[in-house]
Amino acid sequence: MIEVRWHGRGGQGGFTAARLLGLAAALFEGRHALAFPSFGPERRGAPVFGFTRIDDRKITDRSAVTACDFVVVIDETLAGPRIADGLRPAGKLILNTAEPQKYAAVAAGHEIVALDATALARRILGRPIANTAMLGALLAATGIVRLDSAEKGIAHELKPKIAQKNIELLRESFAAVAGRVAA
Amino acid sequence: MSAAATKVFVSGNDAIALGVRLARPHVISAYPITPQTTAVERLSEMVEDGSLKCEYLNVESEHSALSAAMGASAVGARTFTATSSQGLLYMAECLHYASGGRFPVVMMNANRALALPWNIYNDQRDSLSLLDCGWIQIYVEDAQEALDMILQAYAVAEHPRVLTPTMVNIDGFVITHTYELVEVPAQADVDAFLPPFQTTNKMSFEVPTNMGFTATPAHYTEFKYQQHRALLDAAAVATEVDRTFGQRFGRAYGGLLEGYRAADAELLLITLGSVTGTARIVVDQLRANGRKVGLVKLRYLRPFPAKELAALTARAAAVGVLEKNISLGYEGTVFTNVVSALAQAGQNAPALNFVAGLGGRDIAKTDIAAMFDRLAAAALQPPPQRVFFINLGVATDEPDQTA
Repeated sequence: MIEVRWHGRGGQGGFTAARLLGLAAALFEGRHALAFPSFGPERRGAPVFGFTRIDDRKITDRSAVTACDFVVVIDETLAGPRIADGLRPAGKLILNTAEPQKYAAVAAGHEIVALDATALARRILGRPIANTAMLGALLAATGIVRLDSAEKGIAHELKPKIAQKNIELLRESFAAVAGRVAA
Repeated sequence: MSAAATKVFVSGNDAIALGVRLARPHVISAYPITPQTTAVERLSEMVEDGSLKCEYLNVESEHSALSAAMGASAVGARTFTATSSQGLLYMAECLHYASGGRFPVVMMNANRALALPWNIYNDQRDSLSLLDCGWIQIYVEDAQEALDMILQAYAVAEHPRVLTPTMVNIDGFVITHTYELVEVPAQADVDAFLPPFQTTNKMSFEVPTNMGFTATPAHYTEFKYQQHRALLDAAAVATEVDRTFGQRFGRAYGGLLEGYRAADAELLLITLGSVTGTARIVVDQLRANGRKVGLVKLRYLRPFPAKELAALTARAAAVGVLEKNISLGYEGTVFTNVVSALAQAGQNAPALNFVAGLGGRDIAKTDIAAMFDRLAAAALQPPPQRVFFINLGVATDEPDQTA
């Protein structure tokens, strides 16, 4: 089972990204997934978590995610000293930042995959909403779900008005990270 | 299974709403409360977009929500309402009215802790504290079972031998707010499984009848006896409905309860709701290490499957009950019911009560493995106490609590 933890602030679409990832795996790859937010009240701007579990068979584990394979940080200001807590030894930290060198210490030895997703989102969406960009970065860095499945997921789930631009953002983000990973 | 069934990736609340739409209720009356809110939001959107043709009453309280559902049921309408926690308690008076009036309302309850202290997270003290209100009580493990049991609930509740309101309990947040793969049956299949509600227990110009009346000591007991018999009869109806559902849709859940690796288990843990899924993994892990452990998932708490349970526990050396509940001052209500069933069957294996998950506290796989360890020890030497608060965070003078 693959477990992903998403960090964002209320209103940034962190849980939507967690859900899109699970939906892509479940509806377009014939796999199973659970996607859930940090339970409880939600407030705009407050730190929030999202979780995605993916497996080839039905997932029945309803206990909290305590260890994970990948941590995705949509809002750079949340990359504090405990951001890599629970990240498994071979796990990766996927960061939305233009300055990855600043985070070597908090990564605690884990590989950092960095993308200035906010800049890409501003250019393509005209808004600093970086959730689908970070989904693209995650997929390029890990291959846990195919890019075309995520594209289908966005087309399936987001409003038509914003879906196409988000697919474009997903592809560009994926390409930006995949180019570096390949190199 | 129909070829026309569709797969969706939705939350438990969404799954409930999809199930309700398939059941074609005439009237929905509800008041929003966390974590039930998105279920009734979806339903109101379905009514707004025309995909669900029904009267949606946005009432001012839970007391009114159930009162309105009862009123609609009294003219022969299929009705739905939904609530949670404090809302369920606010309905308490009407719960007894609905069961006493034999109105087969179906209600979703998002299981949530009770104040004080105020807490919006999951446990099951809301519905279990109302186990005696004369309703059928169902507990589900995941979003698929939630959808399926809404459909089964109508078939059971409206059965002429039953005519009893039914509460489908779904763990707040853990299921209501978790997105997962759900198969949505085709409408035509659901229509064949669940025909329109027909009842003689209704207001009618053709056959005028007195409803919602008073009964003196001369007759009151007989009404309660009939309700009791109807709930007992609901056991066979629910089992048959689940079997028929399985034939049509390819998913059956074992009737009133489900044994998981229980047949040859020496240590049995009894669960209800979503924690069952986590416990399945622990059972598989322990089985892989040669431990003879198993589960019984209680799906119905009323009617209580005493005989079916005793058949599964007959060979167990120790039995545990894991519940997100405590009847303060005694023990967990599920435990009391289980121990009564074991005693009726003449079984006297040590039985332990694990109280966990109160107010949304996580129940980890290691916690469940530790419960099986306690059961193994109890099988050799029954402990002096039988109620254990799991992961208690305060000092106590009860040595067993901190073992």
